[in-house]
Amino acid sequence: MFTAIIAIALLALTFGLLLGFASIYFKVEGDPIVEQIDKLLPQTQCGQCSFAGCRPYAEAMANGEADINRCPPGGEATIQALANLLEVEVKPLDDECGEEKPKTLAVIDEDRCIGCTLCIQACPVDAILGAAKHMHTVFADECTGCELCVEPCPVDCIDMIETKAKPNTWRWPDPSRIDLQPGEQS
Amino acid sequence: MADYALILISTILVNNIVLVKFLGLCPFMGVSRKLETAMGMGLATTFVLTLSSICSYLINEYLLTPLNIEFLRTISFIFVIAVVVQFTEMVVHKTSPLLYQVLGIFLPLITTNCAVLGVALLNVQAQNGFLESALYGFGAAVGFSMVLVIFAAMRERIAVADVPVPFQGAAIGLITAGLMSMAFMGFTGLVKV
Repeated sequence: MFTAIIAIALLALTFGLLLGFASIYFKVEGDPIVEQIDKLLPQTQCGQCSFAGCRPYAEAMANGEADINRCPPGGEATIQALANLLEVEVKPLDDECGEEKPKTLAVIDEDRCIGCTLCIQACPVDAILGAAKHMHTVFADECTGCELCVEPCPVDCIDMIETKAKPNTWRWPDPSRIDLQPGEQS
Repeated sequence: MADYALILISTILVNNIVLVKFLGLCPFMGVSRKLETAMGMGLATTFVLTLSSICSYLINEYLLTPLNIEFLRTISFIFVIAVVVQFTEMVVHKTSPLLYQVLGIFLPLITTNCAVLGVALLNVQAQNGFLESALYGFGAAVGFSMVLVIFAAMRERIAVADVPVPFQGAAIGLITAGLMSMAFMGFTGLVKV
């Protein structure tokens, strides 16, 4: 029995040493805090925070150059998570960035689309398919609802519709949106 | 030499680890949605399977058998596999961050891929030597990757096909896997190993 224990212990020791050295040798350069912040952001790449996308905003936050309350698509939940991660005070959303809205989805009215490709160039996540003088369409799975394609459209054929909650996107309703009269229970 | 070729053919086609032995079905269903992911998973699993079958052969031959503690085989093999997977994860993270991101949770989950433990135990059962074990592991992994890639390619087409509503999603996937398995049964009798 003791041979078994010693053998397994030795095996564990060898493997532990191996992994330890491997983790030093294969150490990945990079700022893990940026990764963590980037993971909390909604990845809409909408640029409402005044940075070019979620990653640059995460880098700015990691360097202390940007505040945590500049992400309207993420809303209060993201601010809360960022405040927890960075151990700072929770702040309300910065008004100059926009306001928190439910997640929407861009839909192209295909009868009106003239195939100008302007919205394709505006889309930060490559969610629009089409070619010059051909009808365009939006990949619903890829669209982040950033509204960047609405502005450049010359014929105003892009509408933002509210997405219906699917089982994997459904969330508890935001309590701050429920209007409660004094003394009333929801 | 012919023996080694036979081992490869046997593990890749005749006794395919997924479709004939029904091991490793979780990544087979889980990572076969996109062709690129399937290829990445195939490569990672090939690396892990080959390395772990070599390591577990060495441990069985030079540690467990001499000390007469074969009853610790399963736990020490799992141990080896976990270490090899961790090691692979580090290597992949360092060398290909993109693949690391694509594989995500499935990379550490290779640990629980029963094909990996299955091959190590089958090696012991078949009393394979060093080179045979390595080839058996490698062949099984190639078979796994091949089937995974074929299946992923089919699923990419199924995704845009007009599938009847009750069969959509996992159901048609499983039916396809069953048909593939039946097709692979056709290789039985090609070689006897």
